[in-house]
Amino acid sequence: MANNVAIIGIGQTKFGELWDKSLRDLAVEAGLAAIKDAGIDKKQVDALYIGNMAGGHMVQQEHLASLLADNLGLTPIPSTRCEAACASGSLAARQAYLAIKAGEYDVALVLGVEKMTDVKGDSALLGLMGAGDHEWETMQGLTFAGLYALLARAHMEKFGTTREQLAAISVNNHKNGKNNPFAQFRNEISVKDVLEATMIADPLGVLDCSPITDGAAAIIIASEKFAKDMAKPAWIWESAQASDILALHDRLSLTEVRSMKEVGRKLFEKTSLKNSDIDLLEVHDCFSINELLALEDLGFCKKGSGGKFVEGGAIALNGEIPTNTQGGLKSIGHPVGASGIRQLADVARVLRGDAFNQMPSAKIGMTLNVGGIGGTAVGHILGKEPRK
Amino acid sequence: MIIMSHMSIPNFWRLQKQRYRLVANKCKSCGVLYFPQRRICLECGKAEFEDKQLSGKGKIASWTVIRAAPTGFESPYAIGVVQLEEGPMLSSQITGPLNNIQTGKPVKAVFRRLIQNEDGLIVYGFKFELAE
Repeated sequence: MANNVAIIGIGQTKFGELWDKSLRDLAVEAGLAAIKDAGIDKKQVDALYIGNMAGGHMVQQEHLASLLADNLGLTPIPSTRCEAACASGSLAARQAYLAIKAGEYDVALVLGVEKMTDVKGDSALLGLMGAGDHEWETMQGLTFAGLYALLARAHMEKFGTTREQLAAISVNNHKNGKNNPFAQFRNEISVKDVLEATMIADPLGVLDCSPITDGAAAIIIASEKFAKDMAKPAWIWESAQASDILALHDRLSLTEVRSMKEVGRKLFEKTSLKNSDIDLLEVHDCFSINELLALEDLGFCKKGSGGKFVEGGAIALNGEIPTNTQGGLKSIGHPVGASGIRQLADVARVLRGDAFNQMPSAKIGMTLNVGGIGGTAVGHILGKEPRK
Repeated sequence: MIIMSHMSIPNFWRLQKQRYRLVANKCKSCGVLYFPQRRICLECGKAEFEDKQLSGKGKIASWTVIRAAPTGFESPYAIGVVQLEEGPMLSSQITGPLNNIQTGKPVKAVFRRLIQNEDGLIVYGFKFELAE
């Protein structure tokens, strides 16, 4: 394939409650770090793509495309903000990927950022509820944890999935995040800790939930023509995106997410790969139940068997399908618009050999980033070598 | 601080038929019933509907108790996905004691205050209570 696309640079800020940094501070820090990591000059960047969900709610700032092109000193190149709730980051990366594949640009900076702690916690929750159906979910007080709790209970009651099994997911992600210097939480936790944690929306406790986080992540993606001379490319083999009905109550099933299934189906079909070809997986563990649903809906285990699958260690670094190998949203944190880009960055780090938990034999990785409860899903397959 | 200032009077006024009286709409060509109302039928793609009054009876398909509430709400409160006897599902607060709630239990619609916005506007609508 002549028009391969690669990730050639990675930049990231620390994720956490960063009181002394603004949205623009975070974005500039991550963007410049990615340019430096790629070893290119800022003048070589043809276009900027921004992933951000809720700048308007969280910091009263829209028009981030202009603001961040301006603050990065990148004007007058084209700049585009992409929004699909928690999938905003991957959506931005996918738009850049498509534009490069189409031959319009050679180099794009993809930058995800969210500043969430300038508002109080209850207001941040309200902002995140913008990912659901305002008129029919938000007005009833249905929070994001609430929506995932409804999915978790349905799965538990239909398939016998237990809270202990869900807890195994958070335990694994905290274990993996321990070595990650960018992670918000670097402490290991036990199943008992998860079960005894403060309840947020029954049956999900606080340790089943990803946190509210400030942070930014950036990648530079480039055409094969440009990337072949770069020091450390990781190759994007395929990109896929799908939509589902927005409101949970309008879905046909409470135990599967159609957009996640569709993204998995498309990625495997377009690459002719199978589940067993994937060496590592980054999925959207905004809540423990969604990592479990993603493992099932992508076909890594049978529908209904996710609880046993994760409890048996399949997702561990040395397991059948190492998942969220650098800590996931749970441990690293979830600055909403940045998470999809952080996922791509973490898979690229493993493939090019400078991850925090290294996997020397890994050749193919997969990401799945989800907006809301799957109203949007975006996934990618990355390879250590260019796709043949 | 942002409260529900975006719940303006026209914003909820135009939904009152659905939110106050649980009026669904039914596709004139294939008969599928929708609540909340839809503009295009997901089954046949047609866009002609007629109003249909729902009974307000249903059962709990899944539920949770919200213990970390967003601005404008006071926790704890229960929310369920309710499967209505006519077919559609909706999301609703479930009133009454939290420890009596179970999946499968019958519920019925009641008219309640939902939230108050920062201008003092009180938004009313449906909640559900256990039918027994």
